[in-house]
Amino acid sequence: MTDTAQRLAEIRGGVPPRRHNARTIAALTGNPGCTRRAVLDSAGVDKPKLAERVGFPARFGQSRFAITRGNAFEAQVKADGGAELLRLVAERLGVPVPDGATWTDLGGDEDRPERSRAALTAPGDGPALFDHPLLGLDVAGRRVHLEPDLVAARLAGRFHVVEVKSFPVIDGQADPAKVAAAAIQSAVYVLALRDLLAADGQDPDLVSHEVVLVCPRDFANRPVASLLDVRKQLLVLRRQLDRMARIDDLLAAVPAGFTAQLTADPATLAGALTGVPANYAPDCLAACELAYFCRHEARGHTGALGRPVREALGGVAEVAEVLALAEGVRAPEPEQAEAAALLRAAARLRADALTGHPA
Amino acid sequence: MSTLRALAQAQAVAAGVAQPVATVRHLHLSDRPLVLVPLALAGEANAPLAALVGAAPDEARLLVVPQPRNRDQRFAFAAELAGIVLPYLDEFRDRTEAVPVDRGRDVRHRYVDAPQVLVPNPAGITFLRLFGRSTRFRRPDGEHPVHPSVPLLGRWLTFFAERAEHPGSAALVALTEALTLHWATGQSAVEDLHLPALLGWLDPPPGLTGAEAAARAEDPARCPPAGPATDPDFDNHRLAPAIEAYTRAEDDPAARAAAYAELERLLRDQLTPTWELMWRGVGLLRALPPGARVAGRWDGDKDAFTAHAEHVDAGGGPQPRRDGAVAAAARLHRLERALASYAVQRAYDDPLVMAEHRLTGEAFVGDVTLADPKRVDDTGRRPVLRPRIQVVTTEPVLVPVGATLHSPARPGQKAKVVFVTPAADGKTEVVLELSGGMGRGLTAAPGSVPEVGERLCLTTLSDGFLPAGAFPAPEETPWTHGGPPAGAPAPDASAEEWS
Ligand code: SF4
Repeated sequence: MTDTAQRLAEIRGGVPPRRHNARTIAALTGNPGCTRRAVLDSAGVDKPKLAERVGFPARFGQSRFAITRGNAFEAQVKADGGAELLRLVAERLGVPVPDGATWTDLGGDEDRPERSRAALTAPGDGPALFDHPLLGLDVAGRRVHLEPDLVAARLAGRFHVVEVKSFPVIDGQADPAKVAAAAIQSAVYVLALRDLLAADGQDPDLVSHEVVLVCPRDFANRPVASLLDVRKQLLVLRRQLDRMARIDDLLAAVPAGFTAQLTADPATLAGALTGVPANYAPDCLAACELAYFCRHEARGHTGALGRPVREALGGVAEVAEVLALAEGVRAPEPEQAEAAALLRAAARLRADALTGHPA
Repeated sequence: MSTLRALAQAQAVAAGVAQPVATVRHLHLSDRPLVLVPLALAGEANAPLAALVGAAPDEARLLVVPQPRNRDQRFAFAAELAGIVLPYLDEFRDRTEAVPVDRGRDVRHRYVDAPQVLVPNPAGITFLRLFGRSTRFRRPDGEHPVHPSVPLLGRWLTFFAERAEHPGSAALVALTEALTLHWATGQSAVEDLHLPALLGWLDPPPGLTGAEAAARAEDPARCPPAGPATDPDFDNHRLAPAIEAYTRAEDDPAARAAAYAELERLLRDQLTPTWELMWRGVGLLRALPPGARVAGRWDGDKDAFTAHAEHVDAGGGPQPRRDGAVAAAARLHRLERALASYAVQRAYDDPLVMAEHRLTGEAFVGDVTLADPKRVDDTGRRPVLRPRIQVVTTEPVLVPVGATLHSPARPGQKAKVVFVTPAADGKTEVVLELSGGMGRGLTAAPGSVPEVGERLCLTTLSDGFLPAGAFPAPEETPWTHGGPPAGAPAPDASAEEWS
């Protein structure tokens, strides 16, 4: 074990690392500036448990109605050896619909990584669909296996990641937040597929940056395919994975004895977490299991109100400082002069208007 | 984000309670708004699960869909909802008023009042928009017939959803947005979307700070979410078993009735807290006096309601799935104009909103120190009344000489900047020449020229008439812009496949 691996194991408290999946990897890009999260995720700490232990449980429950519906739609789309799927994907890509394609289910086998690798890198460029490929990605020096419910489609010699999602596309429009989440997850798979080809000495660009998203159309169950360009997401993801690969730099910001051992006393644990720099923003609420803890800690900071608020307050970090500058009871630092003048003017105008002076 | 609003948020954090960002109410509130709290089934495409609807706190009617994935039940729900919404709309259709048009040479008639629908949050508006989309093309005949009221409901819901995009309209309002227009909380905008947390900040229970009340309101076990999305724990542990029990009891009428009653109880429990919050929020808004221009904007809603009612009465078709190019461009232009005028009107109505413009240099307040109300300019062909006043202000004056300013106190009057002179103590003297709004003749009507000692707000914002854009008729549209459109696509709604 390297020193770094040893250090990450200590942070984890000796338990095995939590498994990543595309969702957790996609979530890594949510707040790239946060050391706390990068370190915990690099170490594979069980953040949901950690959040619960420190008294701020995450709320990322999933309704079984949604799960059932997702599974049913997926099964429907993949039925008949993927005949319907093949047609949808080919038509969307604008290539002739092949008479048929080989269908390889790579799931549920022993030796899956090897089988997936062999199947996806085997010579030949005939139309082929690969279901449940097992892919791998290096996250913070650790090999992470991904088991996507995903089809890799090889058509006209190129691979396309095909994601089946059960949110509807109504009159050509889908919920933007759901599309964004699907795009970043698909980007994880594109990256992993490209790594796989590159490791085999093939051209990674055989995997297209255009992902095919298959969703139910309008209010019914008939599927419709759309193309998503994930180039931007690939860049963001690459950048964050590179940052996590330089885990030693990140660890330098972490106090020497820091551990997130789940059996520790909650107060000790919370205290230890506070020692690792975070970067809370309201977006964390939708992306990170520690959000309620970090929000509590960030109370009184303008950043907790959202970046636009903080910027409108001249970038001043703390609420108390904002109010002191606004009331003129505190002399601004030289670099705060402009912000302080703005805040004083704002406070005067606000008071003026609230006491009923005419406009 | 204006600095003034951001400062109010900081003050809310420190005070532990929301702070006002308006001194008047900027939207019309009906005496009988139709409050509608919808719930949808997770994972489905806008499948209704339940709703609590009514036009007064003690008129709540509960609608439930015992098997939300069943299409017949879905449209039965639509018919039931139509049975509440359509009669509510009819309440506003027995009295009309005459409105002069064409400079008084003609009159047209419109309803004296209009319906108003209130939902908890923007997601509630999206729900209604999509529910309107899923019902307005349905037909009472053909392969999957629905009750004739269903497509009609769909068209009205679509009407409301389109009005909701119109800045300043109060026909369909998300309560969270109405509240945050008037108060700033100590939490972020995403957190403000959660009605229970928002009201926690606005009106915390005794002994709790806004932050504590909001945190408590975020716990779905204590306070159900305000919909349309339900709490996953509720789905998994309570709703799913209740739906299963109902499904299992298919052949046993007694058991089925019991299962239905249990579902009703569960869903009522999820909806009632939000229902109460809705009326509490309405109460908070009602306590504010309406802004002077609110009634004028509501007239716009009355016009739109009248026009749509006439369109429906005349047998007009449902709204198309998508606007053609010309219609889309014209609509965008209309919305932009409405947005600009809405912003100006709020500033004119409310000194606290105007303060935001004072901070950015688009307005200043000063005292009138000199006034020459009788001044006549006779350099032109005809002598004209052009009084001058001098205003002294402590605020920075960023407007150039020659600019035209307006004052909310005398919106019909223009004030041209003649001189801007720095004075002692950092003050600025501004000399203005007035025109308009003083009556005919060469003597100003009493009160039409500001007098010495009056405090005056002057601004570059003008509530004047914004010219409408000219758009080609659809048949004259070049093909590069969508070409002569083929008209609304023939709806093939019944061909949609269902689970
Ligand atoms: S919630 Fe906390 S740990 Fe997670 S990303 Fe945000 S600041 Fe970092």
